[in-house]
Amino acid sequence: MPQAAPAGKSAAFYDVDGTLIKTNIVHAFGWYARHQPTLTGSIVKAAKTALSIPLFAVADKLSRKAFNELFYGYYSGEPEDRLIVLAEELFEDTIKPSIFPRARDLIEQSRRAGCRQVLVSGGLDFTVRPLARYLGVDDFIANTLEFENGYATGHLGKPFVAGATKAVIMRDYAEKHGIDLARSYAYSDSYSDYPMLAVVGHPTAVNPDWRLRATARSYDWPVLDLNNDSR
Amino acid sequence: MRAIRPRTRGAADESVVTIDTDSAPRILFYGEDFLCEDLPVGTRVIYPRKPIAGLPNVRAAIRYALHHPEEMEPLHALLKPGMKVTIALDDVSLPLPPMKRPDIRETILDIVLEMLGDHGVDDVHIIIATSLHRRMHDWEVRRMVGDKVFDAYWPEKLYNHDACDPDGMVTLGKTKHGEVVETNKRASDSDLVIYVNINLVPMDGGHKSVGVGLCGYESLKAHHTPKAIVNSDSFMDPDNSELAHSVHRIGRVCDQHMKIFHIETALNSKMFEGPLSFLMKNEDDFTEMDRLTFSAMQWTLKKTPRALRREVFMRVPAPYEVIAVHAGAAEPTHQKILARNFEQYVIPVEGQADILISGIPYISPYNVNSKALNPLLVQVMALGYFFHMYRNKPLLKKGGVMIVTHPCTDAFDPVHHPSYIEFFNRLLPETRDAYTLEKKYQDEFAYNPSYIEMYRRGNAYHGAHPFYMWYWGQKGREHCGKVIVVGSDNSTVPKLLGWERAETLAEAIAMGRSHMGRSAQITMLHHPPILMTDVR
Repeated sequence: MPQAAPAGKSAAFYDVDGTLIKTNIVHAFGWYARHQPTLTGSIVKAAKTALSIPLFAVADKLSRKAFNELFYGYYSGEPEDRLIVLAEELFEDTIKPSIFPRARDLIEQSRRAGCRQVLVSGGLDFTVRPLARYLGVDDFIANTLEFENGYATGHLGKPFVAGATKAVIMRDYAEKHGIDLARSYAYSDSYSDYPMLAVVGHPTAVNPDWRLRATARSYDWPVLDLNNDSR
Repeated sequence: MRAIRPRTRGAADESVVTIDTDSAPRILFYGEDFLCEDLPVGTRVIYPRKPIAGLPNVRAAIRYALHHPEEMEPLHALLKPGMKVTIALDDVSLPLPPMKRPDIRETILDIVLEMLGDHGVDDVHIIIATSLHRRMHDWEVRRMVGDKVFDAYWPEKLYNHDACDPDGMVTLGKTKHGEVVETNKRASDSDLVIYVNINLVPMDGGHKSVGVGLCGYESLKAHHTPKAIVNSDSFMDPDNSELAHSVHRIGRVCDQHMKIFHIETALNSKMFEGPLSFLMKNEDDFTEMDRLTFSAMQWTLKKTPRALRREVFMRVPAPYEVIAVHAGAAEPTHQKILARNFEQYVIPVEGQADILISGIPYISPYNVNSKALNPLLVQVMALGYFFHMYRNKPLLKKGGVMIVTHPCTDAFDPVHHPSYIEFFNRLLPETRDAYTLEKKYQDEFAYNPSYIEMYRRGNAYHGAHPFYMWYWGQKGREHCGKVIVVGSDNSTVPKLLGWERAETLAEAIAMGRSHMGRSAQITMLHHPPILMTDVR
């Protein structure tokens, strides 16, 4: 089917967790927790993570910043090389099977329309990299973990990629790459990404939570269900 | 609530009635409601023809058509064991409203599938030829094809056409005029394609069945243009339609690459029955029961929320009867069906009108089971379909006034018509010029990944579809001196459409007369049911 891209530079920015994949950063950390060098370490860390889930939920409700500080603190002391090496296995085991059935089609269609493909994720860069490669996107923007002497400090590099900051980062990215945001697309599942959606000319809610669904209906944004693989 | 006056004259069966001092008020569709209005003395009211009697034995007629096709071998002679067959069907846009069960497509499928089975043909796919229309919901498909076929074929071998599937479409070539001919790959790979059509209006069927129903965006670009519409006089008259000519050229290329056996059907105009049967009558011929029914219905509708009224109307199927079945090659088959369409619909009319009045109903081909007849669809019903319901000359004089009745509510169905919302709110405030819209924005909407995804996996019309709706009205827009909408519940929609507003029909007629003169000839189209005028 021949298709021509419209003139001008545009990009498609995708949130990742819940938008393109079913899993989220807690699943990724859970996987690392279960894959410690020793069996005891795995059991202890996995149990600690499981018990902390209600705490994560409360922190997330309070503020994304509080959640990040609490959650990424659990990475403290993890060796950098191990996290990076295991990221490939994490992708194959957990992330790849959780990619929504229609996600690749959407990216392919968007590429055909001439858009630069960019993932904008609150996940960690080394966990997002294999996904970005697999989906064949042009770029990804993700959080970075600070390391000292090869070990994670439990702190994120700034700026955090979350909430309103995503919009600021996207603006900077667009300026750097000569992209017209008014002609660009953004996709997210969560109301917390409202700023990211509002900054582009073509926002789309994907598998949205109820608040984003209501917002999308109010603003007449398209709503997609990438989990639907029906003919 | 107004009472309709008792009958003051004898029953008449003529289709063109002139209002006199004793005439009853006339009923006009007004979305999911009705208006009942006195018309000025001398107004012509054009009624549809009485329904032609349906075929007494439809199954026998189908079998006869399959065994005695036009310029092709009988269907059974085309079948060989092990061959690959694709059956394509018209979608939910036909007929309007959806017909009572069994739908004629179910009856035809029943007979054709039995014949295929008897000849050892097992590799059969059934594709709903949606073109760039929305995918049909599974429950709509079940209703259309019947439980037996649905249970046996859905979803692996019975599915909606996908014009944006890169692996499911194939380009057959180009016509001599350079029109791209793109079609469904499964159909193109088949040894035989059987197309099952319902020819509700003369623009349906023929080469349009495969040439449009199974095509993609690149093919539609050739003829779904403002220029083609403006040069179609009218698009309901295939011999004088540039749109139809382009589709014919495309269809002929399809015929060179594919063996296509067309099964075409024509329905009569029996659109309403039971409590709605008064809509089939001249108001002067109403019985006491008709008057009572209408008054009760109007009272009930006024007390009912719009969404509920809509649901109720959508649930009332039409008691259509089949008046013709023909099969065979596209052109000779279609000619026979068209003759029956014209026989049912065409009303000879002497002279054009200065002011044309038309009620806009709740339904169009593009909002079946949707939450609204959105403003773009109101526009397409007025300036597209109803304006084009003519042969020879438009019923309305060039520069005349068209009066339509509809609430024009600013409501859209976000699941079925997402791209319409952006078109209406973002593009129309910038320009109403169809040529500019086509050039500047059509591709942007057509290639919008979100709209493509919603078309392919949701139930949305393709991103380019609102453009076609706007182009459909282009000839009407260029032809009419003024369009006045009666009873709009807001000022924004008429303003964006470029229309004027009137609170009442009397006010609209006064506005029309001030534009066309006191002696302006006024004509009202009393539809639906469907009618076409042949103006001399």
